[in-house]
Amino acid sequence: MVPDFLIQIKDFISQPWPWYVAGPMIVVIMSILLFFGKEFGLSANFRTMCAADGAGDMADFFRFDWQSQGWNLLVALGAVFGGYLAANYFASPDGNVAHVSEATVNSLHSLGFNFEDGKVPLVPEFYDWNALFTWRGLLIIVGGGFLVGFGARYAGGCTSGHAISGMSALQLGSLYAVIGFFAGGLFMTYVLFPLIFH
Amino acid sequence: MRMSRYILVGILFGMTLYKAEAVSWFRIYEMFKFQSFHMYGIILSAIVLGILVVQTIKRRHMHAVDGQEIKINDKDKHWPRYIIGGFIFGLGWALAGVCPGPMFILMGSGYTVFIVFLLAAMTGTFVYGALRSKLPH
Repeated sequence: MVPDFLIQIKDFISQPWPWYVAGPMIVVIMSILLFFGKEFGLSANFRTMCAADGAGDMADFFRFDWQSQGWNLLVALGAVFGGYLAANYFASPDGNVAHVSEATVNSLHSLGFNFEDGKVPLVPEFYDWNALFTWRGLLIIVGGGFLVGFGARYAGGCTSGHAISGMSALQLGSLYAVIGFFAGGLFMTYVLFPLIFH
Repeated sequence: MRMSRYILVGILFGMTLYKAEAVSWFRIYEMFKFQSFHMYGIILSAIVLGILVVQTIKRRHMHAVDGQEIKINDKDKHWPRYIIGGFIFGLGWALAGVCPGPMFILMGSGYTVFIVFLLAAMTGTFVYGALRSKLPH
């Protein structure tokens, strides 16, 4: 038998986490890494993975001691496990749902999304292998991946490296990067989405 | 093993972003439509608390577990790479609804198609590395 208090803890964790829990938790993660002498930033792993695959023979950018970055690959591997645990053992009581605002449900509707019971799922249906056989799915998964990988390295970091680590250290460069992130995101959402989703 | 601590940090990170729905395409869309405070709350509270942590570490010259003083490297201040690279990143972030962290998290949650996303991201990084000397920074 599992003790009652463990089940209560599990139920407590399984609720959707509000922003004021998630934000501070991210800082806890960043702080732990700082005390391990490391800087929080996930996108550096793309460069490490390229270097580990031998990209150093083709471009100087990938000629560095990638094995010293093994710790960051482990953070990424842990994130995979974390996603597995959260989805399989700490699922929200009301299912795999994104608790977005009413305004967002309406916007999504006008963009062409239809949700049967009015609930917005956590992830869209194009997160699927079959979607790769549609032009839209291919654009989102392959095109999106390429843009994220190219842009993150060009800007020298992603959301974790610039928006969290860099902004916390009051780096002007990170502020520019975050302005760039939002400019790109807004352009996609307001200008390109109406073309992609209609 | 000493390295396993990084896996634990990653697990905490994965659980946090998944449970806060920051891995959700719809949450990212909502953020860019300014229709909820949720994502802004996560980012802003992290920045405010993060500034306090980093300033404390700097003022008190705190040391890492290996005994060395924690140093946070200053980033280069030339703006073009941040604005241009950031803009390209932002296009992909809004389009796919994931940044590099959530990509790994969703892979573990069962959306294995993100293996393709990861390969595409590595290709993007590789192309950047190859073109680097020709791009404005």
